[in-house]
Amino acid sequence: MDLSVVILVEMLYAVASLVLISSGLAVVFGMMKVINLAHGEFMMMGGYVTITAVGLGVNIFVAMLIIAPLVVGLIGLVVERLVIRHLYGRLVDTMLATWGLSLLFIGLATMIFGNTTTGISTPIPGFTVGNYQINGYNFFIIVVAVVLVIAMLVVLKSTRLGLIARGTMQRPDMAAALGYSPDRIYMATFFCGSALSGLAGAVLAPLVGLVPTSGGAYIAKAFITVIAGGPSLVAGLISSASLFGVVNQVFTFAISPVFGEVALLVSAVILLRLLPQGVTAKFFKGKM
Amino acid sequence: MTVNRRAFLGTTAALTGAAMLPGFALAGETIKLGSVLDTSGIFDAYGKPMDMAMRLAVSQINAAGGLLGKQVEVIAYDTQSDMALYSQYAQQLTRQDKVDVVQGGILSASREAIRQTMRKTKTLYFYNVLYEGGVCDRNIFINGVTPAQQVAALVPYAMGKSGKKVYILAADYNYGQITARWIQKFVTDNGGETVGVDFFPLDVSDFGSTIAKIQTAGTDLVIAPLVGGAHLSFFRQWAAAGMKDRIPLASTTLGVGNEHKVLTAAEGNGIMVAYNYSQELDTPANAAFKAAWAAAYGDSKAIHELAVSNYQGVMTWAKAVAQAGSLDREAIITALESGLSIDGPAGKVTVDPKTHHAVLDVHLMEFENQGMKVIETLPQRQPIDTQSVCDLAANPGDNTQYEIDI
Repeated sequence: MDLSVVILVEMLYAVASLVLISSGLAVVFGMMKVINLAHGEFMMMGGYVTITAVGLGVNIFVAMLIIAPLVVGLIGLVVERLVIRHLYGRLVDTMLATWGLSLLFIGLATMIFGNTTTGISTPIPGFTVGNYQINGYNFFIIVVAVVLVIAMLVVLKSTRLGLIARGTMQRPDMAAALGYSPDRIYMATFFCGSALSGLAGAVLAPLVGLVPTSGGAYIAKAFITVIAGGPSLVAGLISSASLFGVVNQVFTFAISPVFGEVALLVSAVILLRLLPQGVTAKFFKGKM
Repeated sequence: MTVNRRAFLGTTAALTGAAMLPGFALAGETIKLGSVLDTSGIFDAYGKPMDMAMRLAVSQINAAGGLLGKQVEVIAYDTQSDMALYSQYAQQLTRQDKVDVVQGGILSASREAIRQTMRKTKTLYFYNVLYEGGVCDRNIFINGVTPAQQVAALVPYAMGKSGKKVYILAADYNYGQITARWIQKFVTDNGGETVGVDFFPLDVSDFGSTIAKIQTAGTDLVIAPLVGGAHLSFFRQWAAAGMKDRIPLASTTLGVGNEHKVLTAAEGNGIMVAYNYSQELDTPANAAFKAAWAAAYGDSKAIHELAVSNYQGVMTWAKAVAQAGSLDREAIITALESGLSIDGPAGKVTVDPKTHHAVLDVHLMEFENQGMKVIETLPQRQPIDTQSVCDLAANPGDNTQYEIDI
């Protein structure tokens, strides 16, 4: 009984961390069709911003939930103005440019923070479930992921802003004809996507040892989750993250963490063979 | 300006000759010590202080008049925590720089990447890191502790403080794989039972499910030969889950890169380890070493197990060169095999002639307030694991890394 609770929590945590890792990319790649290979580095920067802010005496939750997304969002804004906006609609060129950006960010982080491992302790103590101890921070990550998903749904579906953004992504010419500047909407969307990446990096930072190359560990998972999710932003994110998170944890518990990772990748390959357009091209059609 | 062919050739030849002259003159004047260490990347916590220790040793040797009347020159390469760079720089050191000795390598994977190059080019090689044991090669000298020196002492102590059911978490490469088998052997020898063994690639940093599995197995004790910055997350997550006060933890690697100073006191206190060196060792030799280090680098905080091993490796080599009275490889090996010993910061270190490993002191320790408190000292332990399989006196052509069978 206790064990099943523990496994359930670990599964929810795995799903939640996939949602977190992928949400920024889902906005930038899923909505804007910009292949952002620097996504992992945005997360890495979120982590460093958090650690620096905590080092300066800022409350850790303020640092993670407010400062890191803002700072990384602003970096994203600069990147969008200088690089990305010239490359909309040119898929391969954006790949090359963002890959270059990722190398640049790794280099900058190495220069500033050194090519060495840093980290902070988790702010939430562990607690007991029957005979088991669980990392209390897992719950925090689950809560952040749930709030994030709800917020994305509400913004995209129920606000005028979300409506304009969605419209612009589908038909920029029509949006322009109705008096909205696609240029500014793209800019705002990229800012949001970067901020989400920064948030993810910040929230995950206390669980890992951070190095400038940490971003590489996230990028593959993020792309797999977003691509397997398919055209619907939120529904796709939730469905593929749930699938991969559960598969990963089942195999991790049954065999070993290495097999968990392998199983995740194998299931992604099979899924994309069966549903090449992603889960939401077939199910939950027309959902957010 | 016009340049005709003859004038051009004339000046170039003169310039080349001039450029080569000082090189010629210098070649006989310094002794070249080659070093390959990860001074950046995820293993830099190990490599940076090792590099500092090597340079400290060399500057002390040079300050004392050098070796054979010559100064020692350091040629060092940063392998950036990338195993591929090891073979590249090993070639560079042996074939282009033509160094007289190579000191370095951190992970066992890196040692195996360069060991054959050293052997083929007949370049004397010192590997100064605690490792899984069993390397039997006349060209290499190893002064790190091996499982029979370390694990054999740590396991009974840790089991005595906890219980008989042991769970092993190891890094997934040759060091972790082989050390995990040694731990299993010593657990069985001490009447215990291994309830689980998990291996982790070096970039894994999420241990949540593992922590649950450890509890499912009814574990009394966790022994963790985990390696590198990513694996440090385990100790953090273990503490964050509140496991620290429920199941005791021992490690064969934590602390060799001064990880106990990266973890907070609350995260680290009580973790059991066994090494050759601790900054808290209260000996005149250690005090002198720390003072010399502080004089060179400002403070002595960076010193750790591997740095001291590296220092002792350079000093052992220097003593052998002085004793041999030449830079000839055979003469130096003969000197080393004569039972040569040095008094390093961690006590007396003697070269074992049969295995080219080291006889040294091992200290059982516990983390306490970001330091390593010495609980018990086991003096002059022999590398009996390697001794049982390796005899270079009888079989000098041996070139194997022996592994333990269970």
